[in-house]
Amino acid sequence: MTRTITIDPVTRIEGHAKITLHLDDDGRIADARFHVVEYRGFETFCEGRPFTEMAGITARICGICPVSHLLAAAKTGDKLLAVQPPPAARKLRRMLNLAQICQSHALSFFHLSSPDFLLGWESDPAQRNVFGLMAADPELARAGIRLRQFGQQVLELLGGRKIHSAWAVPGGVRTPLSAEARQWILERLPEARATVALALELYKKLLDGPLQHEQRCFGDFPSLFMGLVGPGGRWECIDGLIRFIDSDGLIVADDLSEDDYASFLGEAVESWSYLKFPYYKPRGYPDGLYRVGPLARLNVCEAIGTPWADAELAEFRQRSGTAASGGRVVTSSFAYHHARLVEIVACLEGIEQLVADDSLMEGRIRARASLNAHEAVGVSEAPRGTLFHHYKVDDDGLITRVNLIIATGQNNLAMNRTVVQIAREFISEPVAAEAEIPEPLLNRVEAGIRCFDPCLSCSTHAAGQMPLRIELRSADGALLAARQRQ
Amino acid sequence: MTAPKLRFATVWLAGCSGCHMSFLDLDEWLFELAKHVDIVFSPVASDIKTYPEQVDVCLVEGAVANADNLDLALQLRQRTRLVISFGDCAVTGNVPALRNLWAEVDGGSRQSVLDRGYLELADRGAQHPHAPGIVPELLERVLPLHEVIPVDLFLPGCPPSAERIRACLEPLLRGERPELTGPDLLRFG
Ligand code: SF4
Repeated sequence: MTRTITIDPVTRIEGHAKITLHLDDDGRIADARFHVVEYRGFETFCEGRPFTEMAGITARICGICPVSHLLAAAKTGDKLLAVQPPPAARKLRRMLNLAQICQSHALSFFHLSSPDFLLGWESDPAQRNVFGLMAADPELARAGIRLRQFGQQVLELLGGRKIHSAWAVPGGVRTPLSAEARQWILERLPEARATVALALELYKKLLDGPLQHEQRCFGDFPSLFMGLVGPGGRWECIDGLIRFIDSDGLIVADDLSEDDYASFLGEAVESWSYLKFPYYKPRGYPDGLYRVGPLARLNVCEAIGTPWADAELAEFRQRSGTAASGGRVVTSSFAYHHARLVEIVACLEGIEQLVADDSLMEGRIRARASLNAHEAVGVSEAPRGTLFHHYKVDDDGLITRVNLIIATGQNNLAMNRTVVQIAREFISEPVAAEAEIPEPLLNRVEAGIRCFDPCLSCSTHAAGQMPLRIELRSADGALLAARQRQ
Repeated sequence: MTAPKLRFATVWLAGCSGCHMSFLDLDEWLFELAKHVDIVFSPVASDIKTYPEQVDVCLVEGAVANADNLDLALQLRQRTRLVISFGDCAVTGNVPALRNLWAEVDGGSRQSVLDRGYLELADRGAQHPHAPGIVPELLERVLPLHEVIPVDLFLPGCPPSAERIRACLEPLLRGERPELTGPDLLRFG
């Protein structure tokens, strides 16, 4: 008799999901599936609203990474106005994104995932959480809480509130960085650095020991990786162009523009999940499986560009890079955790450089114009991967069509493959007809999903092909250039 | 003599998790909270899968948008002494309820959003996701929590700030009922 075991809900992730394990006649794992069970339909109800509202509305897609939507909406807005934000505004937006990645990664590591490996896979499920960590190791928990607070506080200092600020706007940002804010950041940076150093030390020790098993079987498989890179292939979180590499470290596609996303990204629907299955179009479905997010960003880049982060990147590759790629590419999904810590270092160093930059305090922070284009695509690197916003508007700037490609969704194929691999590894013996699967084993399957730190409120959105026309118009409305793709 | 700890739960329905993030923005005050409560159910801070019996206080984020949300709302009401509508989505329906504007168009709101998401904007396998017992049906209208179950307290905000959450929780920890009045505690958005 075949049997299905359901894990419902998957906990310590952001959003609503279930996992099913499918046993065959002999009680062996035949398949495992990750189901996302929520859908809100933003693409539909944004229609008819002014594009300037999009930042406010789409931020409400996700309370963990509202900044990603704010930035993608603002960047799409820049293109609709056909303006370049002033240099100081671009730097301030970058600081906002670095702070967000820092807080979101701290949340993923300390609050959501570390209880599994710091308290133990077998520990009491009622205690295996951030409150359990607070009881077991108050100093570490406090440091983690304060690291997330650092990121959140920078968001508030810039945008006026921690969650759902409306600070980035088409053309730039609303307010400059104050001298007091700059001072606060400078004062708190050393503590934040000390905390991530502590976390890295702790994590590497575990990786040398008990976590080797997880590293080997939590979603370790070849795939493509996608992310933004800056000039020279540098690690990038907001500007830049899209790069795909494969597991051998070869560049599969480079310098792709977000404007053309529909030519290389497709999305499939399966009946058993509200989360669609994006794939790299040239390789078809499901062979076009690719991964995004911290692991992918570290894999696609040549270097990060700041000293400590580059040293950590080198060590990350040396520890976990595959032989096939000459140590260049890390293919285990478990390494997302390590990659997040490396990225926190990158964010802290990036913020440090920006607060030291006096030009941040100078000049204009917002370019103003009226509507100059009817269609645009904006991109940003969310904590979980590359995020696309695509809007079409009418002459009054009212939205006629929206498409959002959300970071987490792009890991859907990989998340499904990961749960199958873990289930087969840890539930290797046949399960008798009446028998229960022990909770710690089920928790390991869930933990495979936690590696990806999925953001499911975000991810159940549509993506796909829309005919695309981008027009560049001068201030008086004259058409300067146009580009069209059907 | 120390008072017994409150049995404390948090739940998310159709929201963005921003209210839960604001709860985590209580930062180090969470240590204080932990002295007074046991977290018996929470998507961000517990691996317990079934909503337990005899919960004292539950913060409910999000609107009621699908069959799973509805089931959980009914269940938690039966098992909880004090239910708090936590944030604008729970209080008014907020952003998720924008979909209700499509209730009057042909086919209604459910079909409109599913068609757009899974038929028009799909490259392969276009279909409405449908897996009984796994993928919950969307309700035709997204409802605020109090249209589904009686609610004891309303804590608005999108999200309510950590200060506001604390102002609501502190009296509860003392065994008092919070007085939520004035713009600092009651403003939407
Ligand atoms: S009230 Fe606002 S912050 Fe809370 S869940 Fe709803 S949209 Fe998110």
